[in-house]
Amino acid sequence: MPAQTPQPGPSVAFDGVTKRYPGGVAAVDGVTLEIAGGSFVALVGASGSGKSTLLKTVNRLVEPSEGRVTIGGEDVAGMAPHLLRRRIGYVFQNVGLFPHLSVGENVAIGLRLTGERDGNGRVAELLRLVELPEEMAARMPDALSGGQRQRVGVARALATAPGLMLMDEPFGALDPVTRDGLAQAIRALHDRMGLTTIMVTHDMAEALLLADRVLVMEAGKVVADATPAQLLAGEGGAAAQALVAVPREQAKRLAAMERGA
Amino acid sequence: MNQAFARVPDLLAQHLLLAIAALLLGLMVSLPLAIVSARNKTVGRIALGFASLIQTIPSLALLALFYPILLSLSALVGGGIPALGFLPSLLALSLYAILPILRNGVTGLANLDPDVLEAADGVGMTPWQKLRIVEAPLVAPMLMAGIRTAAVWTIGAATLSTTVGQPSLGDLIFAGLQTQNWTLVLAGCTAAAALALSVDALLGLAEYGIAHRAKRWLVWASLGVLAAGVLVALTPVLPTQQRTVTVGAKGFSEQYILARLIGHRLEAAGYHVQYREGLGSGVAFAAVAAGDVDVYVDYSGTIWTNQMKRSDVPPRAAIVQGVADWARREHGVSLLGSLGFENAYAFAMRGDDARKRGIHSIADLARQAQEMNLATDVEFLERSEWRAVRDAYGLRFKSAHPYQPTFMYRALASGAADAIPAFSSDGRIAAQHLAVLTDPKGAIPGYDAILLIAPGRAKDAHFLEAVQPLVGAIPVEAMREANYMVDRDKDAVSPEEAARWLEGQIGK
Repeated sequence: MPAQTPQPGPSVAFDGVTKRYPGGVAAVDGVTLEIAGGSFVALVGASGSGKSTLLKTVNRLVEPSEGRVTIGGEDVAGMAPHLLRRRIGYVFQNVGLFPHLSVGENVAIGLRLTGERDGNGRVAELLRLVELPEEMAARMPDALSGGQRQRVGVARALATAPGLMLMDEPFGALDPVTRDGLAQAIRALHDRMGLTTIMVTHDMAEALLLADRVLVMEAGKVVADATPAQLLAGEGGAAAQALVAVPREQAKRLAAMERGA
Repeated sequence: MNQAFARVPDLLAQHLLLAIAALLLGLMVSLPLAIVSARNKTVGRIALGFASLIQTIPSLALLALFYPILLSLSALVGGGIPALGFLPSLLALSLYAILPILRNGVTGLANLDPDVLEAADGVGMTPWQKLRIVEAPLVAPMLMAGIRTAAVWTIGAATLSTTVGQPSLGDLIFAGLQTQNWTLVLAGCTAAAALALSVDALLGLAEYGIAHRAKRWLVWASLGVLAAGVLVALTPVLPTQQRTVTVGAKGFSEQYILARLIGHRLEAAGYHVQYREGLGSGVAFAAVAAGDVDVYVDYSGTIWTNQMKRSDVPPRAAIVQGVADWARREHGVSLLGSLGFENAYAFAMRGDDARKRGIHSIADLARQAQEMNLATDVEFLERSEWRAVRDAYGLRFKSAHPYQPTFMYRALASGAADAIPAFSSDGRIAAQHLAVLTDPKGAIPGYDAILLIAPGRAKDAHFLEAVQPLVGAIPVEAMREANYMVDRDKDAVSPEEAARWLEGQIGK
C-alpha cells in the first residue's frame, strides 16, 4: 500500500549511553549508535545483557547515568517524561493492561490522557489493526487470552499514532503459534505505518525473521551490529554467531529429519 | 422500658454525626498520608508506627488526654477552644480511624501489580493521572475494607465520648451501668451495635460496588443512604434554638436524679433541655466554667479540696461561702445556693463487722486498717480528701481497689472489702445496715450540694427563676430515699422516675 505510507518514523541515536546502578555495576556501558527512521531493529542478548535497560532509556523509564539519547535529533532529557512517552508506543512482555478498565478503555487511554474525545471509530479501527473483533472493546482484560491481551497492548500503544515503537520481549509470554502470528502482524503494521521499531528479544530466530538490523548485546555493550543476511553469512563476530548457530542447527536437524522420513 | 428507648433517636443522631465526622476527618488525614507513605519508606514507617502507637492507648484515656491538651491550647491562644464535648471526642476518634485506613492504603498501594504501573508510565501518565486513573481505583476495594474497620471502631469508641461531655449512646450505657438499669444499658448497646452494623453493611455494599464494575450503582446507592442518614441526624441538631440549655451530671445516681429534677423545671419554663451526663469531677466544673454546661450540682467540699486545693476544714457554711466567692472571682461561675442536704464522703463498714471489731470512728479504723481491704469509687484514691484523711489518721489498708460506686457497695456486702468511703446521702447505707464511722479530727470537709450556674446564665433572670426554688428545698431524707429508689437491687426505678417522685416530695 504505497499510497498509504506516511512519513517514516523518527531516527533514534544513542551517544555514549551508560547506566550504572548503585554498587558500580554498569547495565549499559557506553553505547553509541544510530537507528535510521523507519527501520526495524532487534536488540538481542542473554538475560542481564542490558538490552531492556538500553531500550528504556529512550522513553526515560530508565535515566542514563551518562550520555544522551536523541529522537529525531531532539534530546529526550529536555522533554517532560509524560509528554515524551505519549509520542512513543511502548509494549512489554507482561502487557500491563489496566484490569479495571475495559478493552476499549485500555486502548483509548492515550487519547483520554491528552483530553481527546475518542470518536468510537478510533478504538474500533485500532482493534481492527491488531486483528481483533470490534465487539471485544466491551470485554474486560481478564476475559482475554494471552495473545489477545498482547494485541490489545499493541493497539493501546498505537492509539496516539506514535512514529516510534519500543517493544520489550513483546512475545515472551506467548505460545509459539500465537507468537508467530502476532510477530507477523507487528511487522506488517511496522511496514504499513512507516514506524521506527526497536524490539528487545532473546530469541535470535525471531530477530532474524523480523528485523532489518540486529544488534547483539553482551555485558552492557553492543558486540555485533549487522543485517540478518550478514549474520546468516557468518559475519558479525563470535558472540553473534554463537546465537545464530542455535536456530541454524535446529533448522538443519529438522530438515534432516524431514529428509529421513 | 419505653423511657429507655425514648432517648435513643436523639442520642443515635448525635452518635452518628460524631462518628461520621471523625471518620471523615480521619480519611482527610490518612489518605494523603497513605500516598506519601507508599512513595517514601521512611515516612511510611514513621506514620504507621505513630498510628499503631495511638491504637495502644486505651480509648477512654485518649479521650481524657484531649481535655488537658485542648485546655492548655485554649489558654495559649487566649481562650475560645472548647475542651469538652464535640471537639475532643472528634479529635480522639479521628486518631483512632487513621490506622486501619492508613495501613490498608499503604498495603494496597505497595501491592499493586508493577506491570500495570509500568504501563501507566509507559502510556505517558503524569503522577497525578496515574494516581487518579490507575492507583486509586485499584486500591479502592482494599481501602474500603480499611474504612469499614475504622467506621466500626469509631462507632464503638464513640460511646466513650460521654465521659468528656459529648452526648452519645454511651450516655445510656453509663447511666444504666450506674443506676443498675440494665434496660438502659441494653438500649445503648443495641443501638450502638445496630448503628455499627448498618454503617458497616452500607460501606460493604459500596465496597462490593467498587470491586464489581457492573454493580457500580451500588456505590452511589449505599453512600446515598448513608448521606441521607447523616442529613436526618442533622435535622434535630441544626436549628439550635436560643433556648436550649444543657444540664450536667457526674456519674452517679444522685447526680442523674438531680439533673432530671433541674431539667424538668427548665422544661416547664419553656427551655429545650439536653443533658450531659457521666462527667468526671474535674471535667464537670470546667464544663460549667466554659459554658458547655449551663447548670449542674456539685458539692462544696469537692470544689474546696480539688479545685481550690484547700486542706483546712472550716465549718460547712464557711466552705460554701468560700466556694461561692472563689467560683465567681476565678471563673465567673455563680453559686445559686445550697440544695439543703449534704453528700459527704463517710467511711462505712458492714454493721455487724464494725460491732465485732469495735470500730466506731476513723481513728478506730486506722488501728485495724492494716488487715482490712478498702473499696472506693473510681476517683476517691486520686482525690485530695483521701490524702487528707489518710494523713490525718495514718490510714494504711491491706489493699485499696477502685470500683464503680454500685460495685463498691457490692464489694463491701460480699466481704471482698471491709470498708468503703460511702456517700452520706446514699440510701444504701440504711438499706445495707452499714455503720458510718465518725470523723473526730474533722479531716473530711462539708459537702453541701450546691447549684452552679455558667457565667453566660448569671444574668438570665428567666433561667434563674426556674431553678431558684430548688435552693434549700431538698432534705437529706428525701434525697436518700430517691437515691435508694434507683440504687436498690429489686424494683429499681429510673433516675427520671425518682426525680418525679422527688418533685412530689419537694412540693409538700
